[in-house]
Amino acid sequence: MSEKTVSNKVSISKLFVYALLVIASFLSIFPLYWMFVMATNHNSAINSVPPAFIPGSELVTNFTNVINTIDFWGAIGNSLIVSVVATLGVLFLCSLAGFAFAKFEFKGKNFLFFAILITMMIPPQLGLIPQYIIISKLDWLNDLKAIIIPGLIDAFGIFWMRQYISSNVPNELVDAAKVDGCSNFRIYWNIAVPVIIPAFATLAIIKFMYIWNDFLWPLIVLREESSFTIQVALRGLIDNYVRDNGMILSGTFWATVPLIIVFLLLNRLFIQSLTEGAVKS
Amino acid sequence: MAKTETTLKTAKRSSLSERTKEAISGYIYISPFFVLFAIFGLFPIIFSFYLGFQKWNGLGEMEFVGLQNFKWVLSDEIFWTSLSNTLIMWVLGTIPQLLFGIILAYALNAALIKMKSFFRVAIFMPYVTSTVAVAIVFGIMFNSQDFGLINVILGWFGVDPISWNTSWWGVKIAISTMVFWRWVGYNTIIYLAGLQAIPNELYEAAQIDGATIRQKIQYITIPMLRPIIILTVFTSTIGALQLFTEPLIYIGRSFREEGITVVLYLYREAFTNLSFGPASAAAIILFIIIIILSSINVFVANRIGR
Repeated sequence: MSEKTVSNKVSISKLFVYALLVIASFLSIFPLYWMFVMATNHNSAINSVPPAFIPGSELVTNFTNVINTIDFWGAIGNSLIVSVVATLGVLFLCSLAGFAFAKFEFKGKNFLFFAILITMMIPPQLGLIPQYIIISKLDWLNDLKAIIIPGLIDAFGIFWMRQYISSNVPNELVDAAKVDGCSNFRIYWNIAVPVIIPAFATLAIIKFMYIWNDFLWPLIVLREESSFTIQVALRGLIDNYVRDNGMILSGTFWATVPLIIVFLLLNRLFIQSLTEGAVKS
Repeated sequence: MAKTETTLKTAKRSSLSERTKEAISGYIYISPFFVLFAIFGLFPIIFSFYLGFQKWNGLGEMEFVGLQNFKWVLSDEIFWTSLSNTLIMWVLGTIPQLLFGIILAYALNAALIKMKSFFRVAIFMPYVTSTVAVAIVFGIMFNSQDFGLINVILGWFGVDPISWNTSWWGVKIAISTMVFWRWVGYNTIIYLAGLQAIPNELYEAAQIDGATIRQKIQYITIPMLRPIIILTVFTSTIGALQLFTEPLIYIGRSFREEGITVVLYLYREAFTNLSFGPASAAAIILFIIIIILSSINVFVANRIGR
């Protein structure tokens, strides 16, 4: 009898937990689904009561309208260029610096490492205006360099790489290579790099997502349409006087889908990377 | 004898030069960060503090004006509106986010739950979408018209349509909802990692001692999770104080008072009004507010649950 009530209690709490998770999952996915619904419907179907809840047939029309309103492919291309180049640059520079901090001895090492950590505490808006002035003095406005070069500064990346290299690249290997007369760069390239591929993957995902989604800085330094990243270009969709919601959400949908697909394919790696980074720092 | 001495000397010298070489390599390998940071990080920060005391529109001569910019900003009603908006949306967006994050993490961590990885992926997915896309989608959902999705849903429950993007609370609730939706899953996964790190033996021991579920949560879960709670409160506070994309997309170029935030105010002063002095003063004030709030955060978080 009492055993039965206990098992009843367990199944009720279990039901409650399932209900909670199902509702949370539904609310998490619904806006994405709805974006797709809108992207395939005519504006009038969206602006009626009740609005459309199932996909319509305007997929191609809406996307054609997007392409006629903004330079969608150009903006995607720009976003890919800045994200890929900045990410590769950060992987190289941060692993090199992390390697130096982890395996080399030099004066002021601890102080310099501490200084790097301190820079992580400064809110990026503090230097925003002078940064803009510097970029305009360098004549980098409307130039993707304005995003890529400052994007190479990544204190977290150096911290992350140092921690990983310290605990995963054996000192014996480094010493042995030194005895064999390997140059310092060869030791980094041939011994450290192959071992730290997982750390590269994590940092790459964090950095790529960050640059891809960045909005404030590109908005300030990229003023001409030909240099827009996709985030800045998307904003152009809602700036029209006539609001065609089908077209607008078609643009946001197709700009979001690639990242979602990559996420679904590599979800374990993504979730681990994006949260581990936060916890470890 | 002499020969061995010289070999020793050369050995010593070569090992010394090895060390110097290593140090030089070290400095070279870390130098890109410091060079780039000096140009695009440190110098701008120092220059911001300088600009805060100047009158300048970006083109003509600078003119030293003392504390004028700070006085101007602090006596500007819209600045105070932007600050109170930011703080209200911080509370509205952050607290539910962390609360639901903990609850969902607890649910995901419960034993005997099937399809865990599906739930995890679904709940985390909003974080992978871009802020601009989120703001646009939610902006259309929180349309003030009768056919706006949220108004339609409210209509099912007999609630009259709300003019979301023009009312004092409407704008704030809409923007906070965007922030909430994008970040709740992220925090859930972080809490989940924290929960999974708590050794099961603790719960088993408590079980043997006859602890109730509430006691287990109060005396094991919360204290063990404290560092992670501090971390999330800290990061979401800093993020909330820097809120920019969602309000800019939602209220547009009008910079409506109902939704203007401190960073939006800064952006408007600098890049629409070209008043670089007051904008820099606002940036410095924001920096000070962030420092104060972060310290309070750490202080409070350290005391709670002790």
